[in-house]
Amino acid sequence: LDALIHQVLAGLATGGIYASVALALVMIYQATHLVNFAQGEMAMFSTYIAWSLINAGMPYWGAFFLTVGFSFVFGVVVERVIIRPVENAPVLSVVVVFIALLVILNSVTGWIYTYTMKTFPSPFPEQPLFGNKFMSSHEIGAMFVTLVVLLLLWAFFRFTPLGLAMRAAAQNPESSRLVGIRVGWMLALGWGLAAAIGSVAGMMVAPIVFLDPNMMGGVLLYAFAAALVGGIESPGGAVFGGFLVGVLENVLGAFVIGNELKLAVALVLIIGVLIVKPSGFFGKVHVTRV
Amino acid sequence: MRRYALTGYAVLLLVACALPFFVSEYRTFQFTLVLIYSIALLGLNILTGYNGQISLGHGAFYAIGAYCAAILMDQAGFPYWATIPVAGAVCLVAGFLFGLPALKLEGLYLALATFALGVSLPQLLKYHHLEKWTGGVQGIVITKPDAPEFLGALGLALNQDQWLYFFTLGVTVVMFLLGWNLLRGRLGRAMMAIRDNHIAAETMGVNNAMVKSLTFGVSAMFTGVAGALGAIAIQFVAPDSFNIFLSLTFLIGIVVGGLASIPGALYGALFIQFVPNIADEISKAAPWAIFGLFLIGFTYLMPMGIAGAIRLGLARLTRKAHNSQPDKS
Repeated sequence: LDALIHQVLAGLATGGIYASVALALVMIYQATHLVNFAQGEMAMFSTYIAWSLINAGMPYWGAFFLTVGFSFVFGVVVERVIIRPVENAPVLSVVVVFIALLVILNSVTGWIYTYTMKTFPSPFPEQPLFGNKFMSSHEIGAMFVTLVVLLLLWAFFRFTPLGLAMRAAAQNPESSRLVGIRVGWMLALGWGLAAAIGSVAGMMVAPIVFLDPNMMGGVLLYAFAAALVGGIESPGGAVFGGFLVGVLENVLGAFVIGNELKLAVALVLIIGVLIVKPSGFFGKVHVTRV
Repeated sequence: MRRYALTGYAVLLLVACALPFFVSEYRTFQFTLVLIYSIALLGLNILTGYNGQISLGHGAFYAIGAYCAAILMDQAGFPYWATIPVAGAVCLVAGFLFGLPALKLEGLYLALATFALGVSLPQLLKYHHLEKWTGGVQGIVITKPDAPEFLGALGLALNQDQWLYFFTLGVTVVMFLLGWNLLRGRLGRAMMAIRDNHIAAETMGVNNAMVKSLTFGVSAMFTGVAGALGAIAIQFVAPDSFNIFLSLTFLIGIVVGGLASIPGALYGALFIQFVPNIADEISKAAPWAIFGLFLIGFTYLMPMGIAGAIRLGLARLTRKAHNSQPDKS
């Protein structure tokens, strides 16, 4: 049973990371009805920036917040420069542009930092917190950071005028424009926020999986699964989905199918959810008008 | 126009036949790969270009074809040429079966599902219960076929690379003819009708579900045949050569070559074979950076790809030639 508890808790810790990336995906989906295939690579790129800053002698938390800020700006710039021109293009063009972004970020990072794995420091102490034997302090810390991010985000959307404007722009762009909300900029802000959340996820996952240009491939897949399980339009659902997928992945990997097929769990989940319940647990069902 | 097109294809075929006698063995091998990629790209183009279903995981079917060929040659002692139809048939079934659930998925969601397939594929191939057949991480090494004896008796001594090239060329011509006929026929028209407006197609009596699954199957079959040829040409299959970047390479091939264009498959294949070779000299990471820039550039500036640009150029030229006559459009 100890092993099971351990796997569930470890699953919750990685689940928190999936939840963050899934949340970033949902943010962009809500605003534009697009799934950002480059989300993982954007997070990976941000994490490399953080690595450079820390290696240059910056204290961890300084580098952390600077990276989050940088990622925000980076996300806004990407939306303005690269995504904007294909805003109203067919799905295929948009997917192609996302894929282009993915391979460019991946290869440029490989170009600058080489493909060798790097260790990434964890801000949390080495020895387990509170003498528990189930979770390392990094896992607890990562989960805590995820929850803080979620809370901040919720508060932002719930209590600030800007958050309200962003929600309005996502829900009904035409009417929002009529009441004076700059919808285009709200989309860009959404991208910036998504990139910032992604960078937090990247910095939290890097100490576990090590830093290399392909580190987010698996994470992105689980995040897709998480977002779909929760319903791709529901932020709360994405978080729930993230934790669920994390636990499922760990428990199934440890006891049922072995570590070798962990990614197949994500594949089966994605296809399964899409077929059985495309709107996920918390999503809304849409009816298309002919 | 049709006569020009026919002469054009005849000349192209002649050039293709003469090619291995004028270039080095290594170049011959590269052109063999171009032909193989062009079959795979035609397969993906049938699905994405003509039917509008986005697949980011076509490397999976390429891998299934490759493993089919390798396992049949390695375990069952099949001759290399006999593995091609088997690989095609297996992929047809696999693609049809994957297409059935994929039916319910549109646009973005299908892209997601196939992306997941592409990412998780190497892990599936490494699965230890399949190791007996797949050889696990090590993969399978197969031998390169020799040119058949009777050619030597006819006084046409070909080395292995040249023979492989001609064998691949033969398969390519067959597959392209097949694809061309298919797309002109009832099924092809149904595919395009669904791409352009699936609701209208349905009301016109097109069985959307059947056509879409079939398209998936046919597309997978083309890609699987290419995979089998690829395994024979490279003489080696291993899980990590079929990662997500292979699938993305195919996507790049059809976008750059030209969506919904048969010659586009050939342009795309030339692009994905030779551009990385040139870019490799700058840096190991450069090919993908350049691929990415090309993808964005083509999407913004030339959404119909090289094939579209050529068509446009030809149309301009011919219009100039007919300038003396009043233009109705």
